[in-house]
Amino acid sequence: MAVATPARPHEQTDRGFRAPAGDTIREKFTQLVLLLGTAVALAVLAILIVDITLDGVGGLSLDFLTNYTSRFPEETGIRAGLTGTLSLMVLVALMTFPLGVGAALYLEEFAPRNRWTRLLEANINNLAGVPSIVYGLLGLSVFVFFLGFGRSLITGALTLTALVLPVVIVASREALRAVPREIRDGGLALGGTPLQVAARQTLPAAIPAIMTGMILSLSRAIGETAPILVAGAVFSRRADNEPWNLNEAYTAIPIQIFDFVKRPQAEFQVEVASAAILVLMVLLLIMNSAAIIIRNRYSRNG
Amino acid sequence: MDQRMSEQQTTSSPVDRDTGKAATQRAPSSRPAWSKDTESGSAGDQATAEGDIVFDVRDVSVHYGSAPALVNVSLKIRQREITAFIGPSGCGKSTFIRCFNRTNDLIPTAKVSGRINYHEQDLYAKEVDAVEVRRRIGMVFQKPNPFPKSIYDNLTFGPKVNRMKVNLDEVVETSLRRAALWDEVKNKLKQNAYSLSGGQQQRLCIARALTVDPEVILMDEPCSALDPIATAHIEDLMRELERDYTIIIVTHNMQQAARVSDRTAFFTAEVESENDDRRFGRLVEIGDTSMIFSNPNDKRTEDYISGRFG
Repeated sequence: MAVATPARPHEQTDRGFRAPAGDTIREKFTQLVLLLGTAVALAVLAILIVDITLDGVGGLSLDFLTNYTSRFPEETGIRAGLTGTLSLMVLVALMTFPLGVGAALYLEEFAPRNRWTRLLEANINNLAGVPSIVYGLLGLSVFVFFLGFGRSLITGALTLTALVLPVVIVASREALRAVPREIRDGGLALGGTPLQVAARQTLPAAIPAIMTGMILSLSRAIGETAPILVAGAVFSRRADNEPWNLNEAYTAIPIQIFDFVKRPQAEFQVEVASAAILVLMVLLLIMNSAAIIIRNRYSRNG
Repeated sequence: MDQRMSEQQTTSSPVDRDTGKAATQRAPSSRPAWSKDTESGSAGDQATAEGDIVFDVRDVSVHYGSAPALVNVSLKIRQREITAFIGPSGCGKSTFIRCFNRTNDLIPTAKVSGRINYHEQDLYAKEVDAVEVRRRIGMVFQKPNPFPKSIYDNLTFGPKVNRMKVNLDEVVETSLRRAALWDEVKNKLKQNAYSLSGGQQQRLCIARALTVDPEVILMDEPCSALDPIATAHIEDLMRELERDYTIIIVTHNMQQAARVSDRTAFFTAEVESENDDRRFGRLVEIGDTSMIFSNPNDKRTEDYISGRFG
């Protein structure tokens, strides 16, 4: 932006306190361009939501949530996908939290700062940007074949955990780094060991931000299709998934959407798929709202 | 005084060993609790004409990497007195105060050489546990740094991590009373410490330091973030605490040093060489505060005190 030049005394008498002519126009124009950018993004989102809602709202019903998939569009449902997605969520959360937060705590609070930890950090940051299908292939070769888990729920959960772990580690580290140095100093000055201070002061102070990062990564995980498709999710099944039945075949909402869109009937491609998309979006919305609520509730002055 | 003594008993930790030397003294444990060796021969006899020596600092230097921050400091800190460190910025006084509870250990590049004896025990000896040192030698920081938790939880953290077998409610009340904060917060112990004013937060931090029953309290510019009224509160409090604790304070405020301290150490920053403007700290002199401020031995002290440099 243009730097405001101090008005010289003789100019001030000329035009009172009005801004130099060019400044105002430049200011307004730039704001307009920025507004336009925001509007385009919002418009795309709005069109998407409206379009999906119009197509899908007719297909939504309680039956749609509680029925298994069927050949007939009016009888089909996403019960298997819903239970699969929820089971995956539970398992991914259970595995990601200790691993991600543990790694972040180690790297941020205890690891020496040397060449190896820097290399490790660079790798974690890079992993966060690896395309998700690559994680699918990893899941297929490591969990399905090498470890012999087959095309089971645990394979899907492990694959998604591997996918979001780097993101959770990065987010958790940032959360820990945002805890003021003085908190640690205060704890150590009272005779706390570094571990006690990390566990009882630093980590609790960072938990809201960590939870926010966790939930946002989870919502990314349950929207993912490619990795679990490669790692053995099935298109449809006529049974529920439960998080404790690790060896069963599994499916998930995005997989079912993919399945619906592929079917020859127009009803499946438009109405049923859109309805499933709506369910998925509501799920994501709930998770993101939870993240926002947590962030606000535990903001530091709370 | 009797009242004070009985309060003290409730907070004293199980590891505190009273020498039984004098009933009127607050367990000055001539032998620190972490000391595993038994050099008891000289430990009992520390009383000098100047009073008991808590810290005996000999030729201490601190380096950050290869850069010296503080060179060859030797001085003694007496028991139950307030010793003030004053001097211009960059003279290493904050670095120095951090040597007393081994906080410099937490900075990977920092290296402390020389010897600091705490009641005859070398603080930097191999068998000494820095964590235990920090429990016995408390610290209050420049910026009030309460934990983002309730007032109550702020005060129970120390006793909990040190596994002190005490009644936590009593510790909370006693330490808050000693820090002259009890009446202001007794009805809101469950409130977040951040809801207190800056001055109250700093007194809470002092109360927090008292919960683990240290013998020494280090204060690194404890009033620099506070307004004059809050500062006056803290200074009154220090005078009060001096009866039971040994206090070392770093301050930029010379009037503060003159007001509260019994003894004052003046540090200065020296340039390493002609073509290198890295500076390091050096102790110029230490003496009774009245002497330092009215009739210092060194010209540099006089110039600083009278505002001609620094």
